[in-house]
Amino acid sequence: MDAEAMKTLAAAIAIGVGAIGPAIGIGMIGAKAVEAIGRNPEASGKIQGPMILTAAFAEAVAIYALVIALIVKFV
Amino acid sequence: MEISLAAEKIGHIGSIPITNSMFTSWIATIVLVVFAILATRKMTMVPKGSQKTLEYIVDSLLHLVNSVFDNMTQTKKYFPFLATLFLFIIANNWLGLLPGVGSIGFHEIHNGKELFIPLLRGGNADLNTTLALALMTMVLVQIFGMVAIGFFKYVGRFVNFKSPIDFFVGILEIIGEFSRVISFSFRLFGNIFAGEVLLAVITWLLPYVGPVPFYFLEIFVGFIQALVFTMLAMVFIKMAITDHSEHEEKAAH
Repeated sequence: MDAEAMKTLAAAIAIGVGAIGPAIGIGMIGAKAVEAIGRNPEASGKIQGPMILTAAFAEAVAIYALVIALIVKFV
Repeated sequence: MEISLAAEKIGHIGSIPITNSMFTSWIATIVLVVFAILATRKMTMVPKGSQKTLEYIVDSLLHLVNSVFDNMTQTKKYFPFLATLFLFIIANNWLGLLPGVGSIGFHEIHNGKELFIPLLRGGNADLNTTLALALMTMVLVQIFGMVAIGFFKYVGRFVNFKSPIDFFVGILEIIGEFSRVISFSFRLFGNIFAGEVLLAVITWLLPYVGPVPFYFLEIFVGFIQALVFTMLAMVFIKMAITDHSEHEEKAAH
């Protein structure tokens, strides 16, 4: 296989596999947050803050994978 | 379609190259400063117009910072840095969405190929800007910690000879501080640069109509990334200025 084809494949696999973990993680964060709001609707403001923060943490890992994919493809 | 990971150089000042991201972040700074100057001329007790907007922004940020520190004196001490961080990042992110950014530029010949060099590019779509913000934040966290609880107590968090476990925890803390620089810079850079690439690709696939929902997403992402950067900085400052030995004494009782 020639180098260009390998680069494209590598970029695709990097972001494809790299997005699985964060997607599951953010789904779990959202599920627990919504469940907590369901138990205690008055605390929804207090639950939203940590939820957004934790989701940004989990999403950052997907972004690391995306940056690697972009570096492989464009550099 | 030409997507460049590194920000392209558009000129020089002496021997320092100026990139299009740097130029856009200058424009964002000028916008913030001019808005602040215009809103604080002829201030009245009951605000109207731009003074009202500025007071709303400052008040919301003060509540945000206070919600983490829970202590008004500490909030007021660290508020200027944190609010500036938030406003700088959000101004850069949103300015990168205006029409003209990324599309107005000139053609140049590089290595025999003709490339399009845009004149403006989102300020945080350059790893240099985000790395500078991350380094500045982590250095300031260390300085705030040393000023708040004293140099030796603060360094004692990292270099701890009380027991072998504490020693390894100290080493992990040092590694953690460096990893925070990487995570700060890459989180912001990745989100904003990936947003630019996404908009370019969607515009290429479905012009005029396709990008509309993605612009909404980018506005939201720009706000959230500024918020996350600031909140993380706040949490790290709070951890740095907390005196841990006090906690141990309280737990012993």
